[in-house]
Formats: sequence, structure tokens, C-alpha cells
Amino acid sequence: MSDHEIEVHDGQAGRPMDNPGLEKHHPRPTDVDPQMEKRAERQVATLFGLATLLTLGFCVAYFAVPLDASFLGWQANNLALGLTIGLALLFIGMGLIHWSRTLMNDHDIAEDRHPIASTPAARESSLAALSEGGSDSGIGRRPMIRNSLLGALGVLGLPAIVALRDLGTMPAGRPSRTVWEKGMRVVNDVTGAPIKVSDIEIGQLINAEPDVLVENEEDDPDGEENLEGHDLLNAKGKAAVIVVRIDPAKINARKARQNWGIDGVLCYSKICTHVGCPISLYEQTTHHLLCPCHQSTFDLAKDGEVIFGPAARALPQLPLAVDDEGYLIAQRDFEEPVGPSFWERGGEEDRSA
Amino acid sequence: MSQQSKINAPKSVSGPVTWLDDRTGLANLANKKFLRKVFPDHWSFMLGEIALWSFVILLLTGVFLTFWFKPSMAEVEYHGSYELLRGLHMSDAYSSTLDISFDVRAGLLMRQVHHWAAILFIAAMMVHMLRILFTGAFRKPREINYVIGSLLLMLGILEGFAGYSLPDDLLSGTGLRIAEGLIRSVPVVGTYTSFFAFGGEFPGDDMIPRLYMLHILLIPGLLIALVTAHLVLLYYHKHTQWPGPGRTNRNVVGEPFLPIYTAKAGGFFFIIFGVTSLMGALLQINPVWKYGPYNPSEVTAGSQPDWYMGIAEGLLRIMPGWETEVFGYTLSWNVLLPGVVAPGVLFTIALLYPFIEQWITGDKREHHLLQRPRNAPSRTAFIVSLMTVYGLLWFAGGNDIIALKFDLDLNWITRFMRVLIFIGPPIAFIITKRICLGLQRADRERALHGFETGIIMRAPSGEYTERHAPLSSTETWKLVSHEQYDRPELEPAVDENGVANPASRRSRLRSKVWAFWYDDDVTNVSREELEEAHSHTDGHHRAEGTEVEGADEPSELEPKH
Repeated sequence: MSDHEIEVHDGQAGRPMDNPGLEKHHPRPTDVDPQMEKRAERQVATLFGLATLLTLGFCVAYFAVPLDASFLGWQANNLALGLTIGLALLFIGMGLIHWSRTLMNDHDIAEDRHPIASTPAARESSLAALSEGGSDSGIGRRPMIRNSLLGALGVLGLPAIVALRDLGTMPAGRPSRTVWEKGMRVVNDVTGAPIKVSDIEIGQLINAEPDVLVENEEDDPDGEENLEGHDLLNAKGKAAVIVVRIDPAKINARKARQNWGIDGVLCYSKICTHVGCPISLYEQTTHHLLCPCHQSTFDLAKDGEVIFGPAARALPQLPLAVDDEGYLIAQRDFEEPVGPSFWERGGEEDRSA
Repeated sequence: MSQQSKINAPKSVSGPVTWLDDRTGLANLANKKFLRKVFPDHWSFMLGEIALWSFVILLLTGVFLTFWFKPSMAEVEYHGSYELLRGLHMSDAYSSTLDISFDVRAGLLMRQVHHWAAILFIAAMMVHMLRILFTGAFRKPREINYVIGSLLLMLGILEGFAGYSLPDDLLSGTGLRIAEGLIRSVPVVGTYTSFFAFGGEFPGDDMIPRLYMLHILLIPGLLIALVTAHLVLLYYHKHTQWPGPGRTNRNVVGEPFLPIYTAKAGGFFFIIFGVTSLMGALLQINPVWKYGPYNPSEVTAGSQPDWYMGIAEGLLRIMPGWETEVFGYTLSWNVLLPGVVAPGVLFTIALLYPFIEQWITGDKREHHLLQRPRNAPSRTAFIVSLMTVYGLLWFAGGNDIIALKFDLDLNWITRFMRVLIFIGPPIAFIITKRICLGLQRADRERALHGFETGIIMRAPSGEYTERHAPLSSTETWKLVSHEQYDRPELEPAVDENGVANPASRRSRLRSKVWAFWYDDDVTNVSREELEEAHSHTDGHHRAEGTEVEGADEPSELEPKH
């Protein structure tokens, strides 16, 4: 190494004055007054003693305070355990620090620093060892061995990626479809009851879902096989909808969607097109729907277009019809993918203009 | 080994030490240099310790929680003690979290201590990082340790996110849903990455077990390794110290590890553990039973993540809804930029700062003395402007809460933030820099003219002045001992052969950046100025207050009357 002068600069050169040097040690009360010293000693021991008692108190409380008891509205067990162990730990800490600040030797010590780098000799010798090792192996003289080894090691990265393939299934177009299909009933997502137009007043919003998602099969008259467990959650994550009824005079839908609603009853995807939160903050006077996560705002009277916020696309609308019994059903699945955008989403020109 | 020890250690100590050393040779390492290593004292050196101890608390309480938590998304029917949810279908993860909260004694306490410690862990790391940045502690030889520290912060945030996603409650599920939206926005591989991460479609039934593995094995393992490296380097470098009397770049002044810092730092562990336990006892956090099990078709209004995810939330909220289509493929700028690109950019800036500053100054020396933030005005201003970005985004992340509490229009808050995020940081930079320069001038004046005694003197001419008294040499040293950089020399435009020198353009750029960064700094007093001033104050400091002779920058030296 060229720099034999590896030495830490002292940080004093060129300063406007000389370093005044270490200050004198100021004795503490406990250094000069034996009574103060005794007192501090007692204080420290008291703190440790209290900690012992509190820790034992923790053990007692563990058995003595039942889990369902409450104390002034607090969960009594949690409160008792937390207070006893918390204070015990706090007192141990305070005792230790009080001890060190009042009774332990507090004279400053100045220790020299040494350069972080090794000595030039040590560097020379490790470099020498490296090059001896290198030349013994002949790795520099045998590029064929070196390169083939590098290749073999490099390829090892592939299995590390390939073997992760079974982490999940391929998307295979699934993000673009939901369980909605022609004739499927729109049901209330709490009661599972099908919905009639006459059930909904103007200004009302109902959280709904396809009837295959109703959890309790007994309530389901048509006997379709309903989804369960995570299949249910997966389906719900895409198929959840909201049904609103807006004064037909105020609806400003584009032509192609004129027959998607029934007497002002419209159905939209509940999944925000931004990053997928379920939306349901509805302001009936403006018929705006606000996402509680990032505040994208959609106008339900105008094809679910984005009024404000970070979402880029209108809420997908589910075309509605009515079955023989007068209940709301879907005409078909959504015409575009619901939820957040993705790379393969494709070129549907359904963006709010 | 056989030599008679000259040290008067009691047999109870020398016995085990000898036994152990005969088998391990540890005394080679744990010698005086190690056990009595000197650490300097300052309150700000405690911030990293808070992070370290909260990490230890996280490990302890976390182990306790693993005994009962079931990282499974299998559907179960809840039969525990919490009546309001009894009979409901939920995942095993959520149900076992309820059990920990209601049916395991000390379970709720451990959960709450764990959560509070996590919040504290990340907050302490962040404030610690600011301390390092503000005082220049990242300079050579500590750059690697700075990088390790930054990685710790990033991993800590990931660890926190993975952790609070585990209970599979409505709030954490919403967080995962948003994370899935972010993953999807990545061009080309986004959809596949999402399907691979979640084991198929969101939410699937693989995510909680996978996050659990990350949360209790992979990330903690990395954290432990990096914390160890961080501490080993800290020990080897020796701690930085504030400039002061007797402190130089070649020494470290303070008290020994054994016993002072074993007691202080060890005691501090108990204090942090005690405080987080009291918080667990008294302050409710993440009451998952109130949120209910995760259901992808539900969300609570006013949903907020843990504080450290707040800026990601703010970024997402203030981004306009931009999306483009390229050859039939969708590019969601509205999610990609704020959710993936911006956090990466912010983190990279913070990570690279030490290297950028080193390039500007060209300083390759070791630094062990800290800088007062005012003595690096542009750096301080830059960090404050980064903090401003952070604070504004954090604020934006709560725009709905602010609108609600202060009865303001949500959309106007968002529009306002969209503008402020660009003009706020430069304003913060300018203001901070001016404050630093003002403080530098005040230091300079104080060093030269001493402090204001409050004693008003009347001169024979009838003029009133305030008497200034000289500072002690210790105090003066603190004000004047800092170093300032010279502008780096320009490389010649052509080399000795007359060929255009490629280094020249780089050096001109560097010189310009240097000028922007350092030109405004108030020049430190010179030895002559100080001696001149002292000869006045020492001799006849009665009418000294008005004297400014020998000063080349009178406007900066004018004492206040």
C-alpha cells in the first residue's frame, strides 16, 4: 500500500485556538459526603427491593386475578400483570442507573484511537497470502477452469428461481372474471335475502353479493352449490357489489348502458379500481361514492366515473335485470375486470373521460 | 498461564475466568481494551440503544406469542371467551389471536407490549438515523455502518408490516389488499408476482403462513445478523464524540463500558422494557376483536396503518389518477409511482447521502468528532427538507381524519398537498439554511465578544453600552473548533499533452455543487481575530461592546446593544 501515513488526523490543525484540554473532575455530593453516599446506597437497594416485591406480585396476580374480571373498565388481569411487571422492570433499571450515576467511579478516561485500517505490514501480508493462494490454485493461468466454474455457479441461480414456480398458480385470465353470470340473483350480503326493486328507496345503498356466496346453504332455495372457506373469500374479493337507487331523472348514463338499471336501481362493483379496497361511503344527495382507503370518489349517476382521487378508472357496472319473481338478477358478468389495474388488463376503453 | 497473577482479583472471579480461558482463550479478546472500552456520553447516543432494546423486547415477547398463535388461514368457528364474535367463521390465525387476547393469561399484555415495542423500534431507528445524519456521524470510516443501519430500518418496516398483517383481522387484511394492489401495478411481472405471493388469487389461504415465516424466521434472522454487524463495527470504530475540551479526533473521552455503561445501558434495557410493559398495561393497541375477521367486501372508514406505513398511504392518496395503455398493456402510474417507485427513490437518496457528500467535499479522512448541525448548514437543511417530505406525506396519509376533525374539504386538502409536496421541501431547505447561518453568526459573535452580562455601562460621553464578558476557553473551543472545507481545485481542461481532460467536466460539476453546498457558510473565526478580540476583552472590556476594529465583516460582528 502506498499510504504509509495512515494516521488519524487530530482534528486540531488550523483551528483558531488550542484545545484547552480536559476539564477537571467535579466531585458529586456522594463523592464527598458519606451521608449522601449512604443515602444513595439505600435508594438503590430500595429500588431493587421494590422490584422484587412487584415481580412476586406479578406471580400472585397471574393466579389471583381472573381473566374476565374488570377494574374501572380495564381488563383487570392485563392491568395487574402489566403494572406489576412494568414497574418492577422500571425499578430495576432506575436502580442500576442511579447506582452508576451516584456511586460508581465517574472519572473521565481518554482513550487513544487507532486508525481503522490495518497496518501496512498486515495489509501486505494478507495481500501476499491472497496472491499466493491464487497462484497456488492457478486460477489466473487456467481461465477455462475459472470460467466454467463461474458458469456452473451462475446457473445455480436458476433453480433458486424455478423452484419457486409452485408458489402460486398462473393468473390465466382469472383477474378478469368474477363469479357473476347470467341470471344470478343479487342478494343482500348480510341476510342473504334476494332484493326487489320495491325494497329499495331512492337514495338507499345496499351491500350485495351474488347468491352463490351466501354462506348458509339452508337459506338458499335454489339449491346451487355454494362456495365456502377461502374460495368464498376469493370470490367475494371480486364479486362484491353495491346496489343503489337514484332518481331516474338524475341518471346520466351513456347510451349503451341505458338498459343496465331498473327504475333507477344500479349495480356497481364494490371493489375500488385504485388498489382494491371495498367502497361503501355513499353520499345520497350527490350520489357520490367515496373509497375510505384513499378517497377516490366515483359518480354513480354517471357510469361510476372518477370524480376525484387517485383511481384512474370508473367502477365497473353490473348490468341488471329482473327475474320472474321480481328479484334483481345479473344480465351477465362485468364487461371489464374489477378491482385494481394490472399489466395484462388489456385495452378496454372504459376509462372515465 | 502459570505465572502468578499480579491482579488482586477474588478467587470467585479468577477461578471461572481461568477455567473458561483455558478452554476458549477468550481473555485475548475480553482484555482491558474490550471490557473497559471508553464510551462518550451524550443523550443523543441513547437513541440507537432504544432501538436495540426494543428489538430485544420484540424477540422475547414474540417468542411468547408464537406458543399460541396459529399461522393458518383454515376456516374455523370461534368458540372463545369473546362473546360478540362467538359462532362466527374466521381464520385460525384470527381465532388464535382472540385466544391470546382473551383466554391466555398475560397474552393480551404480551401482544400489546409486542406491538408497542415494534412501534418504538422503528421510531427509535428513524430518530437515530436523523441523529447520525445531522451530526455527520456517517462520515468515513462509518459509511458501511450507515448502510447497515439503513437496511435495518427498511427491514424493520417490512417486519412490522408482516407482523401486523398476521392476525388476519379486517384492518390487516385491508392492508394486504392494498399491498396486493401495489404488487399488481408492477409492469410485466406484477400479476404473476401477486399470484405467486398469495398462492393464487387474493386473499387465498397461503399468505398468513408465508408472512409468519418471514416475520419470525427470515427477517428476524437478517435483523439479528445486521444488528450484530452494526454493534461489532461500532465497537471497533469506537463511538464518535462531540467536540469539547480535551476531545480530539485521535482520542475518545468518556467512561468505561465496565462498569458504567454495563450499568447504564443494562439499566436502560430494563427501563425500556418497563415503559413498554406499562404501555401494554394501560394503552390499548390494535384491538383486533373490534375489527372483526377479514372479509374482502368490508372495510372500516378511517382505516389507518401503523404509523411507519403512513407515508406510503399519503403517497397513494395524493397521486392523481394517471394510467396509460401501451400496446394493449396497462401501466398504472397512479399506483406504481407512489407505491413502488417513490419509496424506493426516497430510500435510495437516504442510503447514498454519505457517498454524495464525500464526493462533494473530496474528504477521504477519518472523522470521529461530530459536527453541530449548524456547522453543516446545507446538509442540515437538506435533511430537514427530506423530513418535510416525510411529514407532508404522513399528513396526507391522514387527509380523511384531518378533514373530519377540522371540518375541512377533503378534496381541497388533497389538492393542497399535491402542490405542497413540491414547494414545501425547498422552502424548508431555505428556512433551515438561514437559521443555521444565523446560528453560525451568533456563535462567531459570541466567540469574539463574549457573552452579554446584562450590565449596562455608561461612557463619559453619555453613551450606554452593555458589558460583554469573555467566555471560558472551554466554551470558546466548542464554538470555534469546527473545520470548514476549501473549494476543491478544478482539474485542468486539457492534460499535459493538450488532450481534452475528461476529468475536467466532472470536477467543474463538483465545484459547482460544492459552491451551492458550502459557499454561504459563515467563515469560522481565525486565530488572529480571536487573539485580537481577546486582547480587548482581557485588557479593558469595559467599553468593549461597541468595538469592532480588526473585523473584516463588520455586519456580522456588530454586537447587539
